[in-house]
Amino acid sequence: MGELNQVTLEGSGTGFATTKLSELLAWARKYSLFKYPFVTACCGMEFMALSSPRFDHSRFGAEAPRFSPRQSDLLWVVGTISQRQAPVLRRVYEQMMEPKWVLAFGTCASCGGFYDNYTTVAGIDKIIPTDVYVPGCPPRPEAVIDGLLLLQDKITSGDRRPAIVKPREDPIRDLVSIGKKPSAET
Amino acid sequence: MSERVLQALKDKFGDKVVATHSDFGDDTAVVDPSVWRAACEFLASDAKMAFDMCTDLCGVDYPDRTPRFEVVLHLYSISKRHRVRLKTRVGDEYGDDAVVDSVVDVWKGADWLERETYDMLGIVFRGHPDLRRILMYPEFEGHPLRKDYPADKTQPLVAYREEAEAGVPLGKLAPFGPDEGMSFGRRPPVGPTEN
Ligand code: SF4
Repeated sequence: MGELNQVTLEGSGTGFATTKLSELLAWARKYSLFKYPFVTACCGMEFMALSSPRFDHSRFGAEAPRFSPRQSDLLWVVGTISQRQAPVLRRVYEQMMEPKWVLAFGTCASCGGFYDNYTTVAGIDKIIPTDVYVPGCPPRPEAVIDGLLLLQDKITSGDRRPAIVKPREDPIRDLVSIGKKPSAET
Repeated sequence: MSERVLQALKDKFGDKVVATHSDFGDDTAVVDPSVWRAACEFLASDAKMAFDMCTDLCGVDYPDRTPRFEVVLHLYSISKRHRVRLKTRVGDEYGDDAVVDSVVDVWKGADWLERETYDMLGIVFRGHPDLRRILMYPEFEGHPLRKDYPADKTQPLVAYREEAEAGVPLGKLAPFGPDEGMSFGRRPPVGPTEN
C-alpha cells in the first residue's frame, strides 16, 4: 500500500492512485468470495453438484463456506423462499458486512417460479438487492459457473446493476439437426 | 373385505351414517358430525375393527355444497389389514360453524393433521390440545385452501422493496415472464375469451 501512496504524492493526479487501489481490491475480492449458502429447496442438489469435484467452483476462489453471515461476501440464495423464511433471509443479508453480493440460484429464487401463490416470495429481489440471476429449474452447474464469472466481471468493473445469465447453446441441438434436411425457408 | 366394517358402522350408528360406498375398492362411510368422535372411538377400540393407525386426516372445500367442508379420515388396521375412509360434513356456505370433534386422544398422530386442516381450511377441532396454525405464520389472515381465498393474494412478512428505492424494475425480469413459459401458468387476461 505504501507504494501506491507514493504514486499519489508524486502528483500525476490523485484519482489515478485511488482507482488502482480499488482495482487491486476488486481483483482480490473477486477471487476470494466467501459464500453463505442459504439453501432451501431442490436447487440444493445442483448446488452440491456444483461444489463437488466434477464442476468444482473452488477453481474460481468461491468455495469456502462461512456459516456466519458476518464473515461472508456472497449470499447464495438456492431454492424457494417462502413468505415465512423472508424475514430470516432479510436478516442474514443485513448482517453481512460490506461489500456484499447476492446470487439468485434458480428460477424460484429469481422470480418465484411456478410457486405463484400465497406461500412464496416472487423473487428475492422483492426483499433484498440481487446482483446475479441464474435461470433454470434447477440451473445446470455450467450456468451457475457462468453466473459466478459474470459476478466476477461485475466486481472488476464495479457495476452493481442486476444481471441475468444468458442461456448457452444447447449442444444436443446440433447433434439432432445432423442428418436433417434444411427446411424450405432456410 | 372391509365392507364388514361399513356394515358394522351402519349397525351401530343407524341413520347417523349418512352414506356409504365402495367405489374403486375404497370403502367409505359418511357420518353425521354428531357421531364423528363416537365412530372413531368405536373403530379404534372394537376388537373386530382394531383400526390402530391414522393414515391421514384432511379437509376438502366444496363451495357449492352445504355443508361446505368435508373432513376426510383414512384409517388402517395393522393387525386386521383392512382400511376404511371416514368422512363427515360441516360448515355453512360462508364457512362458519365448521366445528368437529377432535380425535387426537384416539390417534395421537392426528394432532398435526388436525392443525394443518385448521390452518388450511379453518375447520375447528373441538377439544384439540393445541389448535394453532402449523404451516402458515401466526400473522396470516384467512385460510388459503378455501376456494374463496384469492389465488394470487400474498401476505408478506417483510415489506417488499419499492422500485424507487431499489433503482431497478422489480417486476419479473426477462426471461422470467409472468408464466415462465409454462402454458398452465396464470396469465393476465388478454382481450375477450373465445368461449
Ligand atoms: S428453481 Fe426448480 S429446482 Fe430450484 S428450487 Fe425452484 S423448483 Fe426447485
